[in-house]
Amino acid sequence: MTLNLRMAWRNLWRHKRRTWLTATAMIFSNVLLVFMISLQLGSYDMMINNTLQAFSGHLQVQRTGYNENPKLRTSMESIRPLANRLRQALPQARVTARAEGFVLASSEQRSFGIQVIGVQPEYEAGVSTIPGLVRRGRYLQNSNVPEIVIGAVMAKNLKIDTGDELTLLGSGRDGSFAAGVLTVVGVFESGNQAMDRSFAEIPLGYFQDMFTMDGHGHSIAIALDSLDQIGVAHATAESVIAGSGQLAVLDWNALHPGLQQAIQADFSSAWFMYGVLIILVAFSVLNTQLMSVLERTREFGVITALGIKPRKLASLVMLETTLMALIGLIIGVFLGWLVALYFNTAGFSYPGMEEMTERFNLPGAMYPAVSVFSMMLGPSVVFLFCMLASIYPALRLLRLQPVEAMRTV
Amino acid sequence: MAEIKCIDLCKNYQQGDAVIKALDQVTLDIEQGSFVCLSGPSGSGKTTLLNMIGGLDQLDSGEISIDGERVDLLAKGPLADLRLHHIGFVFQAYNLIPVLSAQENVEFVMQVQGVSGAKRKEKSLAILREVGLEGMENRRPAQLSGGQQQRVAVARAIVSQPKLVLADEPTANLDSHSAKHLMELFRVLNEKHRVTFLISTHDERVMRYAKRLIKMQDGRIVEDREQVPA
Repeated sequence: MTLNLRMAWRNLWRHKRRTWLTATAMIFSNVLLVFMISLQLGSYDMMINNTLQAFSGHLQVQRTGYNENPKLRTSMESIRPLANRLRQALPQARVTARAEGFVLASSEQRSFGIQVIGVQPEYEAGVSTIPGLVRRGRYLQNSNVPEIVIGAVMAKNLKIDTGDELTLLGSGRDGSFAAGVLTVVGVFESGNQAMDRSFAEIPLGYFQDMFTMDGHGHSIAIALDSLDQIGVAHATAESVIAGSGQLAVLDWNALHPGLQQAIQADFSSAWFMYGVLIILVAFSVLNTQLMSVLERTREFGVITALGIKPRKLASLVMLETTLMALIGLIIGVFLGWLVALYFNTAGFSYPGMEEMTERFNLPGAMYPAVSVFSMMLGPSVVFLFCMLASIYPALRLLRLQPVEAMRTV
Repeated sequence: MAEIKCIDLCKNYQQGDAVIKALDQVTLDIEQGSFVCLSGPSGSGKTTLLNMIGGLDQLDSGEISIDGERVDLLAKGPLADLRLHHIGFVFQAYNLIPVLSAQENVEFVMQVQGVSGAKRKEKSLAILREVGLEGMENRRPAQLSGGQQQRVAVARAIVSQPKLVLADEPTANLDSHSAKHLMELFRVLNEKHRVTFLISTHDERVMRYAKRLIKMQDGRIVEDREQVPA
């Protein structure tokens, strides 16, 4: 250990209680930041997964331009064989083909414009949470029968329930009149008002017949186990559709552009709160180091009288702050890591959370993301601000006059 | 090195509305290898003169040169270098760095001078032995007596072999035995290494060691005479 380092370390412990109080403030804020940021990042993963699991999947294969401007005619041919090829290429993924259209839905008493989705019932449950959210009746079973599953709000608005008939009127892919009378077999409740009001699912085979799709569909949704698998799955799906020319693989960012923005907005607002915490810690460090410099004014005066330049003293104070900040960083990150690791395994929930999430077929707890990024992001900023806080006490030393300083009692 | 010339040094301090003349046209020549004591009552200007010669404070007017180099014209950086490499300071209150051991206190200045670790260790142990502190190298200032602390301060001041040592009331906090021991040490260093000593003191016993005695009063030199040291 160099003499400077030894000196800085010993100076740090001249006032043990004061040093520990300041270091404890750093440790506490670092533990809090590590846990909160880990939880936040974990909750974002959960939010993304929940959103994607609700319906869209992590990836979708679509006709180029369909996502921006969805039209019945912007469709993909032979959608079932293509979905089968993707299933074979991505054995770890869940894949389902879909077709989408807008119709006028009429019950005996009322009519509403709704979005109707043609789905493969045997595969849909792997990609979407809707089959699991059916609260009354059952989900679709057969691909070619005139059955429909509707949202709870829609059922209420149309004043129908399971067993009732619903008439759909729209236009087919070839411009012909598309019509069908379907039996409501299930009512789902997703918790999303817009979805529950205007969203209905029917078997893909029946959809293709009703809308004269001629084997066409609009999207193939691919669900994965985690966000980490997206890169590889995306490349594989690209290779499957290579040569088609008109197809594109879209990831969740393209499918839900608002989601990323919402996450960024949430992260930014959280940093305001973290910022307050960090500034309080920085002022605590500033106070400690300023006190430390002021009470050693005479000693610093003597040292400069011996010929040591003030910038050397300033670097000594910076070194002392670095050591104190490192204590806060190491202990804080370690304790924060332990806390985050525990909740990463056990899950973190608050009273009422499980009941709420269970209603929407979602996990009942949040799991903090334990990574180098989530561990180090907050404490690194604390460290940086502590170093910035030591600049003022260090600058005071640059203006030190030996004779005046040595007169200080 | 260490031929000191002071010409018409003036320094005033403001104290409330009053102006205190700390140095009033002081002119002085000190030859290399001298052993000079500055005496006089408190407030006579002894410490101010030492501070000016050591470049610790700024003159209002006058000139100070050490070996022909104008100290009063040097900027802060070169002044610090001058003190670091050529002047040793001994203070009344020892002023050791409390968190460093005796040996580390002596090494500290050498480290800043850029002396290698091995050389620092060798020189610090040798100088501590010379001032009679062998075996106490690892003690911190709080574990040493006043006399021992002052000897560490002397070791720190002379370890880099400066040609000039400025000592401000070095025996003021020492018992008579320690004071005598310290002055004997100064005399040996002066005779053996030709180190110039400029010592401010009230202590008659210290003055007896001086080859030249300068008395000050109200910022002026009132007596300057050679003497045969005891």
